Amino acid sequence: MMQDIKKWAIGSLWLFILTIPFLGIINGLYLLVSLIALAILYLIYKSFEQGISDIQYKIFQLSIPSIRWPLYSVIAILVIILPFISDPYITNVGTSALTYIVLALGLNIVVGFAGLLDLGYVAFYAVGAYFYALLSIKAGLSFWAVLPLSAIMAAIFGILLGFPTLRLRGDYLAIVTLGFGEMIRITLNNWDSLTGGPNGILGIRGPDMLGLSFSQPYHYYYLIIIIGIFTVFVVNRLNNSRIGRAWIAIREDEIAAEAMGINIVKMKLLAFALGAFFAGMAGAFFAGKMKFVSPESFTFFESVIILCMVVLGGMGSILGVILGAVVLIILPESLRGFQNYRMIIFGGAMAAMMLFRPQGIIGNIKRRLELHPEDEKILKQETESLYDVEKR
Amino acid sequence: MKKTEIDKNNVLLETKNLTKSFGGIHAIEDVSLYINKAMINALIGPNGAGKTTLFNCITGFYPPTKGRILFNDEDITGLKPHQITETGMARTFQNIRLFAEMTVMENVLTGSQCRYRMNILSAILNDKRTRDEEREISKRALKYLRFTGISKFANHISRNLSYGDQRRLELARALATEPKLLLLDEPAAGMNSNETKGLMELIRKIRDEDITILLIEHDMRMVMNIADTITVLDHGIKIAEGTPKEVQKNEKVIEAYLGRRRQTA
Repeated sequence: MMQDIKKWAIGSLWLFILTIPFLGIINGLYLLVSLIALAILYLIYKSFEQGISDIQYKIFQLSIPSIRWPLYSVIAILVIILPFISDPYITNVGTSALTYIVLALGLNIVVGFAGLLDLGYVAFYAVGAYFYALLSIKAGLSFWAVLPLSAIMAAIFGILLGFPTLRLRGDYLAIVTLGFGEMIRITLNNWDSLTGGPNGILGIRGPDMLGLSFSQPYHYYYLIIIIGIFTVFVVNRLNNSRIGRAWIAIREDEIAAEAMGINIVKMKLLAFALGAFFAGMAGAFFAGKMKFVSPESFTFFESVIILCMVVLGGMGSILGVILGAVVLIILPESLRGFQNYRMIIFGGAMAAMMLFRPQGIIGNIKRRLELHPEDEKILKQETESLYDVEKR
Repeated sequence: MKKTEIDKNNVLLETKNLTKSFGGIHAIEDVSLYINKAMINALIGPNGAGKTTLFNCITGFYPPTKGRILFNDEDITGLKPHQITETGMARTFQNIRLFAEMTVMENVLTGSQCRYRMNILSAILNDKRTRDEEREISKRALKYLRFTGISKFANHISRNLSYGDQRRLELARALATEPKLLLLDEPAAGMNSNETKGLMELIRKIRDEDITILLIEHDMRMVMNIADTITVLDHGIKIAEGTPKEVQKNEKVIEAYLGRRRQTA
């Protein structure tokens, strides 16, 4: 408790001092006051936390299907009817949020599951986008044909760029992947004859279906929903498979994973390839929607934002990453009214998260329900019989 | 040298003139040894004698500078650690290396899945065969949790286990890969005498399952009590091998240990 109060006090003071130059003393004081108000709210929340986590645990233990499925259906229905109950602007924001969900889930495979800190992830997004742009302009291929090809192309790049980094860990891996990401962007920026350099590629054909060419925002919205569902499905299955376990084992202890018979070279390359696969898909979608690509869309800052979504939501948690992506897209959009301050609020929120909940929004749900029900039963009997033995 | 206990017709693991150098230093030099099937073999020696290096060479973590390693009449020299695990060798580590954020069950599942194929498509489709295999994997994992007596912690996060139980979990995880040979690097380190006793029982139980054991240990009382054969390393060279009694009488061994003791104390 004391520790948290100290963290709040120092954090608020830090933000206050940092923002004085552009907020001025008076506005700064407002900020400070509102932070203190937040702190009080937080403390009230904290004092109830034991109770809250008990309730959470009960929901988690007893009534998961009965609470979770209605909740999910309501959210699903809201997502599906969104274009009809709102304006095109909201639909566009939704499309953008879903694109980032696909990207963040892809990066989550590399960073969250396999534990490989990749700071150049946006490069694969760029590969997917440019691959479709080029094939559309030069060969006139349709979106549907190129969408899987873009994903596969990005996956190949994932393996090519992953290969030299296999022996690297942590900070070193981050620096090298950052370098690779920039290399791709700089290449796109300077290869004028192919990519149009900084001017980018214009006039990309959008997707069409049964003679209907995609023109309204909601067309794209539904397309990205389908891509998003595919991504969630695949990533979820992978997470609950031998492959997912192998990745997490590598993240936890590479040497022990090797000793358990896990081919770490293969599994790491697989993580890079699959992560890039989804980025490539998102990239092709992006190019088809914007009908224009340029290197400006694929800067290092994009990589950082996507990484923030993964970290904020909770590394390795699919639901968390989705939440992280939604929050990080909606937060800046909803703060457009405070144009000048939104990046401060964004940064402040990230800093606060790291101080008070470093495991992310949904970081600490234990994966204990992963066991199959019949195992649970066996385990329960087992546990009881063991306790019996101990009593005797 | 007396080798009454070493039966050359019943060899599971053999190293031939194994040498590992780091720069100019020979961590192990010209070590040839035989490990017999279904026995508890101990590897002892003063600190820095090269015991863990030998382990790392055998399990593929270090490629040997010279020499060959034969396992089950197959040459496994230069294979990668995961390939060696597939041939039927498993190990634990001197400082426990668990997958700390995983549950106890998941740790063992990771070990027991190594005998099954890993295929992306079947993981995504999750077809009947995959689900059946997954059930088999869970059953096997559970069997080894029971065997090592930690099944009641199956759903605990492994970092929350007590030290002794973490050691047991490491054993369960290694056993789950279904090894013929189990290499234990100081399994009793940091245990009290009660826990050590339990561990010795467990090691005997593992041997009775026809799993050969090679262990590094500093606890001499335990080694002399449990080992069928002992190999002694000093400065990377094999100085003695034989039964516990033979080794205890061996002058080179006494010199290696007492000589060292005189220097430090």
